[in-house]
Amino acid sequence: MSHIVDIRDLRIEATVRPPGEKSKQITIVDGVSYQIESGKVLGLIGESGAGKSTIGLAAMAYGRGSVEITGGEVLVKGTNILEGGVAALHELRGQTITYVAQSAAAAFNPAKQLMTQVTEAALAHGLMSKAEAEARAVSLFKQLGLPNPETIGSRYPHQVSGGQLQRVMTAMALCPKPELIIFDEPTTALDVTTQIDVLAAIKRAIRDTGVAAIYITHDLAVVAQISDDIMVLRHGKTVEYGTTDAIINHPKEDYTTALVNVRSIEHAEAEPTPEFLLQAQNITARYQGAEFDVLRDVSVEVARGQTLAIVGESGSGKSTLARVITGLLPAAQGALSFDGRTLSRDLAGRSREDLRELQMIYQMADVAMNPRQTVGTIIGRPLAFYFGLKGEEKRRRVQELLDLIEMGSGFMDRYPAELSGGQKQRVCIARALAADPKLIICDEVTSALDPLVAHGILKLLLKLQAEKGLAYLFITHDLAAVTAIADSIAVMYQGKLQRYGPKSQVLSPPFDDYTDLLLSSVPQMRLGWLEDVIETRKMESAGN
Amino acid sequence: MIRIPLAAVIGLFLTSTYFLVAIFAPYIAPYGMAEIVGDVWEPMSIEHWLGTDNIGRDLLTRMIYGARTTIAVATFATLVSFVIGSVLGFTAAVFGGWVDQALSRFVDLIMSIPSLIFALVVLSVMPVTLPVLILVMGLLDSTRVYRLSRAVAVDIYVMDYVEAAKLRGEGRGWIIFRELLPNALSPLVAEMGLRFIFMVLTISTLSFLGLGVQPPNAEWGLIVKENKDGIVYGIGAALWPALSIATLAISVNLVADWVLTRTTSLKGGRE
Amino acid sequence: MSSVLTLIAQRVALGIVLLFFVSLLIFLGTLALPGDVAQTILGQSATPESLANLRASLGLDQPPLTRYLNWLAGIFQGDLGNALTNGRPIAESIGKRLGNTMFLAFWTAVIAVPLSILLGLLSVRYRNRWPDKLISSVTLTSISVPEFLLAYVMIFVFGVKLGWFPTISLPNDSMSLGQKLYSISLPILVLVMVILAHMMRMTRAAILNVMESAYIETAELKGIKQFTIIASHAMPNALSPIINVVMLNLAYLVVGVVVVEVVFTYPGLGSYLVDHVAKRDLPVVQAVGIIFAAIYIGLNILADVLSILTNPRLRHPK
Repeated sequence: MSHIVDIRDLRIEATVRPPGEKSKQITIVDGVSYQIESGKVLGLIGESGAGKSTIGLAAMAYGRGSVEITGGEVLVKGTNILEGGVAALHELRGQTITYVAQSAAAAFNPAKQLMTQVTEAALAHGLMSKAEAEARAVSLFKQLGLPNPETIGSRYPHQVSGGQLQRVMTAMALCPKPELIIFDEPTTALDVTTQIDVLAAIKRAIRDTGVAAIYITHDLAVVAQISDDIMVLRHGKTVEYGTTDAIINHPKEDYTTALVNVRSIEHAEAEPTPEFLLQAQNITARYQGAEFDVLRDVSVEVARGQTLAIVGESGSGKSTLARVITGLLPAAQGALSFDGRTLSRDLAGRSREDLRELQMIYQMADVAMNPRQTVGTIIGRPLAFYFGLKGEEKRRRVQELLDLIEMGSGFMDRYPAELSGGQKQRVCIARALAADPKLIICDEVTSALDPLVAHGILKLLLKLQAEKGLAYLFITHDLAAVTAIADSIAVMYQGKLQRYGPKSQVLSPPFDDYTDLLLSSVPQMRLGWLEDVIETRKMESAGN
Repeated sequence: MIRIPLAAVIGLFLTSTYFLVAIFAPYIAPYGMAEIVGDVWEPMSIEHWLGTDNIGRDLLTRMIYGARTTIAVATFATLVSFVIGSVLGFTAAVFGGWVDQALSRFVDLIMSIPSLIFALVVLSVMPVTLPVLILVMGLLDSTRVYRLSRAVAVDIYVMDYVEAAKLRGEGRGWIIFRELLPNALSPLVAEMGLRFIFMVLTISTLSFLGLGVQPPNAEWGLIVKENKDGIVYGIGAALWPALSIATLAISVNLVADWVLTRTTSLKGGRE
Repeated sequence: MSSVLTLIAQRVALGIVLLFFVSLLIFLGTLALPGDVAQTILGQSATPESLANLRASLGLDQPPLTRYLNWLAGIFQGDLGNALTNGRPIAESIGKRLGNTMFLAFWTAVIAVPLSILLGLLSVRYRNRWPDKLISSVTLTSISVPEFLLAYVMIFVFGVKLGWFPTISLPNDSMSLGQKLYSISLPILVLVMVILAHMMRMTRAAILNVMESAYIETAELKGIKQFTIIASHAMPNALSPIINVVMLNLAYLVVGVVVVEVVFTYPGLGSYLVDHVAKRDLPVVQAVGIIFAAIYIGLNILADVLSILTNPRLRHPK
């Protein structure tokens, strides 16, 4: 057997030190085994907290912080590296196995030129001369599609874009001609149109060099494009381990099935209606002290009881539009009307009714709730503030709202820190509902959540809409969520409306170049998708 | 059931002992504050546990009354600096704009002069009395409290939950007292301990330089000044304040550490 | 490169503006005095005529703005006015003392800076083990004691009981450098202990902060040896915060010097200031105050300029 890495019955523990308490050992990975043959790619997939990065790094016998491998064997080319000592590990790391981190911006030393860092491992291990290493780096830059491959090495990390830096990092991992590369969520921090280029570059590099790889991600559709085998992880244990085809097309476990089908919500588009709840006309806005408009002449409408999704990448102005509608950033030009009345551009000029009927939910539920208030206080405050509810009556209403968001009893006196990510977002939804609004602005409400949790939140939002006739302004970069929830769609690009209309119309050809790029960049849960897209795309990614 | 770590218990015990001694000094002290009861620099004995000072007063009595002055001045000066510093710091963070600019630039100006030098310049024109000392120390130190509370409040003020309160239509009162204050409290309380220690060091330094508490009053720094000439003869009377200041500082530090770790475990401070 | 120069120019200009306002603030102090300088000199029993005469000769009959401008103009010409107590020009008395103070501060820095960086590195290397804990508890104790008390403890132990060092520091020009240094060994020891504690703790925090960065992990995963990682990856990034720490503490030294000079009756600027505060000799207090403020502000500017120069983002703009 030509296994590069053969991990058997891995057990990993960490020491946690809660403030004011005794430190204790917790098990974060238990009983995990996997093998990688030369030239093959293994995908590790799981939610946050599944231990996937920890398991990946175990192939280099590396533990972050207080993390320690306490059981099992890590065989690299037949030798158990857990018993080999420090010198052997120095030999292995950066020579036999290399690593690509999630955030390239943080993983590069800001004080050193890229070329120095890319060739460092090869030189430190004495694998090639400086000239050879630099020549190899330049050819790798070329191979990975970086602009100006001859000179980019003389730049500093902050001088190149995020997508480029991630490719330089891949070059850095390839430079010492390793036998295995560990990719730790290498595209997660990137915009969707940039992600696809980096993904394609990585896939090409793996194919051309014949290196084996471990590819760690939370996105099953991404890993399906690149790996030969997939291991599904949850809470530090193996859920399912098999070939990519078996996992994607014939999942055995319920959890795997749920992951495969996570993007399957189908929301039938509502009939277009001329009855608009919110109208924003010719909005132009800029931030104080900025020299350009972040929004230019944007006009959109939200129909009563329907959902308008605003889609775009970072910097497209979609969140700014939300701030303009809420009045936090008064528009420089344009008009807003709500439920038949004019809405003041400035927050201070709005009536209490205006504020009550237009609620907002945030991306990071963590910081959207005061950590020193209980769930009861958080949900109860709008009830007291808008409706003057007190005491037992308020408490009963809070419980009704908790039931509505499917949380049930026992949460009233808890603090936000004691809730899971999905529960936090549900409490935020309940707080918005407490005001009995007509429109809720949802700003990237599912982006920070794991796919299955996000799926649950989307279903809840749809249910609430059907029951209460709520309208949503749903801001997101995630096109899968858009398909699931929207009735109409506005695509934004560089502060302008790129494409706008009913969902069916926006999502059917003919497309303009940008919408085509955006739509085609969303990873799909089928094998061979990546190759098809790269063949047929009209435009290079917007991020470069 | 609250479990208090040993270090915090020691800190709490020593700190409260010092404060009790300060409050009840006249009842605890064996002799009168300025009463001459023996020879110059008598050694330790049953009558005079710490011996006597440079003009024959009981040193233990002087130390006890010294605790009273030192701790009272430091406490009041800390209160002055916190009331002024945190009110202005929060104001700057919440109002922003020119209010923030004006306050912050003025504080930059004050802090561009070392505070001891500034205090000396001010004390060269003001009469040296306890209220003046408290005010001068409190005002100078309020610049540091201002910077901390402004920074803490600005950090909290950009949080989405504060924005959510603004969108709800809440007034400034709710935002300051219900959203900002509960979250700013624990760093401020911990800082209060550090500022108090700094005040103890400052008042004793000023008194030592002859520009703080004046004789015949007792103060720890002053006791050093009065007895320093004995040092070259090998008489250690001037060194007792070193012990008391160091133990007070360390025990207050321990308490502040405990308060900080306890209140930052994010369960709203409940266990 | 030009943007760096602009930043530095801005920082220096800001410092000068600040110093200007400080001079205004210090001058305003005189106006807060109950009564005036003439009253202070002649005492309560002075006749109105003699007061008026003295006021005229001191220029106190002119409006405050004129007096301030005169004072400021004098400073630029090296004329700091005359002391009230002996009537001699202040600049003359200050010259020698400033040199003495600088001598003390310089040798303190020469010892304290390398030592604190070394100790900082040591406690990072042995983080949470006994050398780290020992260093941290010793420095915590020395922070908790005011400078003057630390000084007396040193005098008591090393000067009196052990008799190793002189207890009074009076260097003069006839001494060799070695003799001079020996005569100020105790004040240097005290000052070193005071700023060492702060400097070492801040250095430790700065290095730890860098060592926890993701790029250090990247280097570890390249199989680079620990020493190379510290020297070639951590150091270039830790340099700027460490320089900042050093400068801030040298500025802090200004305050420490005042007290320590008084304890050792060292003929420097600090003991001169304290003497004349007690005598309410305003012109001297103002002059020395502005010199201390200028040194303090100057060191802070230097810290900022050096940290701008060592920041790769500013040195290599996009």
